Amino acid sequence: MNFKRRALTRAASIAAIAIAGTMLLSSCAANEAPAAGSASTAPSTLSGTLNGIGSSAQGAAEIAWSADFQTANPNVTVNYDPQGSGAGRTSFISGAADFAGSDAALKDTELATPSPLCATGTKAIDLPVYISPIAIAYNVDGLKTLKLDAATIAGIFKGTITSWDDPAIKAQNAGAALPSAPITVVHRSDDSGTTQNFTEYLSANAPTVWDKPASQTYPYQIGDAAKGTSGVADAVKGAKNSIAYIDESGATGLGIAELKVGSSYVKISAAGAADVVAKSPIAPGRASGDLAIAIDRKITDKNAWPMVLVSYLITCQKYTDAAKGKLVAAYAAYAASSAGQQSAAKNAGSAPLSTELAAKVAKVIATIK
Amino acid sequence: MTTGTPGAIKAKMRMGDRVFSGSTIIAGAIILAVLAAVAVFLIAQSIPALVARPGQLPNAAPNFWVYVWPLVFGTIWAAAIALIFATPISIGVALFISHYAPRRVAQLLGYVIDLLAAVPSVVFGLWGIQVLAPAVQPFYAWLNTNVGWFPLFDGQVSGTGRTILTVAIVLAVMILPIMTAVCREVFLQTPRLHEEAALALGATRWEMIRTAVLPFGRPGVVSAAMLGLGRALGETMAVAMVLSPAVVVSFFVLTSQNPNTIASNIALQFPEAAGLGVNTLIASGLVLFVITFIVNAVARFVVNRRKAFSGAN
Repeated sequence: MNFKRRALTRAASIAAIAIAGTMLLSSCAANEAPAAGSASTAPSTLSGTLNGIGSSAQGAAEIAWSADFQTANPNVTVNYDPQGSGAGRTSFISGAADFAGSDAALKDTELATPSPLCATGTKAIDLPVYISPIAIAYNVDGLKTLKLDAATIAGIFKGTITSWDDPAIKAQNAGAALPSAPITVVHRSDDSGTTQNFTEYLSANAPTVWDKPASQTYPYQIGDAAKGTSGVADAVKGAKNSIAYIDESGATGLGIAELKVGSSYVKISAAGAADVVAKSPIAPGRASGDLAIAIDRKITDKNAWPMVLVSYLITCQKYTDAAKGKLVAAYAAYAASSAGQQSAAKNAGSAPLSTELAAKVAKVIATIK
Repeated sequence: MTTGTPGAIKAKMRMGDRVFSGSTIIAGAIILAVLAAVAVFLIAQSIPALVARPGQLPNAAPNFWVYVWPLVFGTIWAAAIALIFATPISIGVALFISHYAPRRVAQLLGYVIDLLAAVPSVVFGLWGIQVLAPAVQPFYAWLNTNVGWFPLFDGQVSGTGRTILTVAIVLAVMILPIMTAVCREVFLQTPRLHEEAALALGATRWEMIRTAVLPFGRPGVVSAAMLGLGRALGETMAVAMVLSPAVVVSFFVLTSQNPNTIASNIALQFPEAAGLGVNTLIASGLVLFVITFIVNAVARFVVNRRKAFSGAN
């Protein structure tokens, strides 16, 4: 009797351990987009498989695009693996991925290495397809609006401005109910394109305060760190008197600061972010058709939002395999199209490309072979 | 027919015997082969990071050991605090189940605790950020102001509560089930005669547990702790989600700048790592492999030393 009970509990504990082990091992989910079910109205002639690797920021948009694209073209399979921008570029250059998604344009050294995918003599190109404004989100009771300039933001995120009633903040927010409480700064704990673009903005606009170069890793040892956009959002929501930089899509439910651009304060807007990207010059010294953008962080236009992340699709100008080229061109054309941009805005919270930039991108995509 | 030595009788090998022994050998060989494959992969991929020159590694570390040291410290520190919380609780729960609770309650409690082991670590992570961290933050602030003279509670208190102490609490909850299960099994195996002898000599129930059950169960408790430690060392998702990491070696448990753990650091940095960064992360994985190996070896040593009293007899 006793023995039996013991054997039972032992069996139960072994089962529990086994279950725990399985749970531990099964924590990674596949990222495959759902295969399209319905047939399209105009039967598509495209068929084949496209494999993309790259930016996790673009991940949600790529899932939306591939799902839409597969619905329209039932014989096509698009896989996108959000391993990260660096991994995406490396895989593309080595030929392991048909296209890459990257929060940074190809570097010169990467451009110099020919990918086996691209026809000899042609180069890889960067196509801006994903724009995400970065917000300064805060959680302070009773504080409806908050106005900040670049130097103040740099001071807060560097740790030199430590209290909400600091004179630098007060001067810009006359009459606002600023608590006399310490500021809890939250930044990303994982390397990210968001950090890269945020630090790029600060080092361009407040170089005297923000004395570290732009980087994917948060450069100062201050404040709280949290994982991913959702982790940062959770941390800010859970802590009073906190502030963070975050992709706008993750900032719902939090206060968003207005940013001083030129001489006026600007509210965050998708159009303002898209506008900055459209007005920024194309990075110099690249092949024609390469639309790598040198974001003008110091833009002073009305309503412009220069704290913005641009993510690229990286493809060949001419693929060695013509069928692949046709497929990539069709997919990229959808991503950059108005429908594709709206789909990304809905599913990933990105800012749609402005019409002029979209037209420019579409013109280049039409030449992909 | 001439046979040599008539004394030795050779058993006829039966088909079932052969199949069974063959399959156990295969099973044993597979686990060794897998382990060897993992080790070879780790070592081969680690070499570029181990020989990297200054300036190539992440965090501007001059060499790999400088890079990995805060992570090693954080891994052991978080796991150690978790163990300090979990060990007394799991012993208490196990004793309650084995010696105090009525049988029905004991059974129910046993199942509930086993169920805790089946909760995925992501769920613990979410609970950590959304419930535990905001809930303990005011308490941390209080500790910091009033008990700040105690070295561990010093420093600038975190505004979010996402500190290494919170992580240790989450880890303690996660390792409780396995530790409790092992302790309970060991306590249940205390020889009935020892217990009855103690009671017959006039011991109260607590004295009986102290003189008969605990000494008998000590190696079991140690191996339970080591199992828990192994799990706490390798826990990834919950730590990555809850901890607010920085590149520091710090004993403060209430601040925002906490040493990260190896597993959590890999989870955080791998998605955007490229080139040598990947090798560095894999090399840190190799270090974790070695640490876990040492922990297991120590546990085995402790258990073996007290074999006579272990649950095995």
